Amino acid sequence: MSTFTKQFQWLRARDLRGLALPAGLLALWWLVSHFQLANQHVLAPPQQVVQEGLSQISGGFGWDVLASLGRDLAGFFLGGSAGFLLGSLLGVSRLAEKLIGPSFNAVKQIALFAWIPLLSVWFGMGEPAKIIFIAMAAFYPVTINTFEGIRSVSRDYAEVARVYAFSRWQLWRRVIIPAASPQIFTGLHLALIYSWLATIGAEYFLKSGHGVGNTMIDGREHFNMGSVLFGLVVVGCIGATLNQLAVRFERRALVWRKPN
Amino acid sequence: MSSTDTLPLPLPHSRNLAARSLRWRQAVLARLRDSALALLLPAAIVLLWHLAARHGWVAAQILPAPEQVALTLFELWDSGELWANLSISLGRVAWGFSAALLIGTALGVAMGLSKTAEAYLYPSFKALSEIPVLGWIPLLIMLVGIGEAMKILIIAKAAAVPITINTQQGIRNIPANFLEVARVYRFTPRQLWLKVVFPASLPSLFNGLRYGLTNAWLSLVTVELLASSEGIGYQMVWGRQLFQLDVVMACMVVIGLVGLAIDRLLQLAETFLLRWRRSAF
Repeated sequence: MSTFTKQFQWLRARDLRGLALPAGLLALWWLVSHFQLANQHVLAPPQQVVQEGLSQISGGFGWDVLASLGRDLAGFFLGGSAGFLLGSLLGVSRLAEKLIGPSFNAVKQIALFAWIPLLSVWFGMGEPAKIIFIAMAAFYPVTINTFEGIRSVSRDYAEVARVYAFSRWQLWRRVIIPAASPQIFTGLHLALIYSWLATIGAEYFLKSGHGVGNTMIDGREHFNMGSVLFGLVVVGCIGATLNQLAVRFERRALVWRKPN
Repeated sequence: MSSTDTLPLPLPHSRNLAARSLRWRQAVLARLRDSALALLLPAAIVLLWHLAARHGWVAAQILPAPEQVALTLFELWDSGELWANLSISLGRVAWGFSAALLIGTALGVAMGLSKTAEAYLYPSFKALSEIPVLGWIPLLIMLVGIGEAMKILIIAKAAAVPITINTQQGIRNIPANFLEVARVYRFTPRQLWLKVVFPASLPSLFNGLRYGLTNAWLSLVTVELLASSEGIGYQMVWGRQLFQLDVVMACMVVIGLVGLAIDRLLQLAETFLLRWRRSAF
């Protein structure tokens, strides 16, 4: 086979029909702005948006992204660990479940963003309030999935552990956690997605400091379509990347499980 | 004759009844004990909260007393202010969700039935759904302004994504032999839809509706907090600006109750609609 056809194989392997719609919309956008069919302030021409995006990258946008990511991860770890602890407690102890479970489920019903006004009074507009909010977003899914994962561990496993006279710690470390790990990972995966969402939200509402969300809100206030659209794409890409990383990590970490 | 040869005699009727009533009583007692345990933690928190507010451990501006929050909730309801805002919010959810239902099912059915439609639409759909609702808010404000249209579009987007995905998968996952049977019986397209495709994909459709409505409510709260001049989210912002945390907390209670009501209603509707399904468990 000639190298030429090989080089273009990736083109054939991908389905190009999916590009038709975005290309069509882009063309429409260009036409509308080129012939000035819409208000120039509302709909900037595509080339201008790209230019603005490029100037953003050179203008310290990387630091905003890093600030957002750092916040995101701090909240994720804080909320994830708290969720893992509470979920384990609820999973292991029936008494704890009866004591705390109903309250947890009641509080969970409050839409996450409804906490923002309260958090902003209690913790101010700065970093602590943001990280606590992001941690809350990560906390719920990890708690629920850890709890359910531990509850669904088969009784047989625990019996085998008893036969081998495992200590409590061994039972926990060698039986319960490995058996519940797929669902715990599901919780962590969800938490990663939610905490990224919460990061953007926290930056919208608690406006002090830097971040991708701040850039977008500022862009809107200054009618800077370029930075809004650019921020939108970056938010989407980071979300998708975090998602992919979680999938990869999950597959890696659970490789010992034999597929049935 | 050894005891193993005899069949176990049924218990005398009266004893049977006594055993049942005992079991019933035990079940009721266990229920009561569980409820008491469940209330212990909230009661402790409210007590602590009450004491903290009463003795001024925390400034009232930062932590209003629990009885104050309850009173405010009652007053807001009594004056009609709460209901006025809530009905506006619910109306927005209804509009956005209806739009999502139309768009989402149409898109899901198209992509579920036709590979060609999927090839054209799915990548764009996937790319757009990958960007969270929050990201769209500033862009939509620029494009359509801060009015009703923006809110309804945001809610519709939030609800349409799970509806589309679940509709598509529901149709895709219909077992091929169902369709074969339909072909053998020479079903008309109408029959095929009503007797095979719709019932077989209903559980998945319902899943989509459930996630869709939950998402719609969540994003309503978000969008109202960010840009609104009426509605339950706005009432919270207003309370926050005036440092009336009792209003903020009362609104949180209402938001939680509506979320709960949506969840429960959908559960009821699901068991009602899917009652014909016989499940193994």
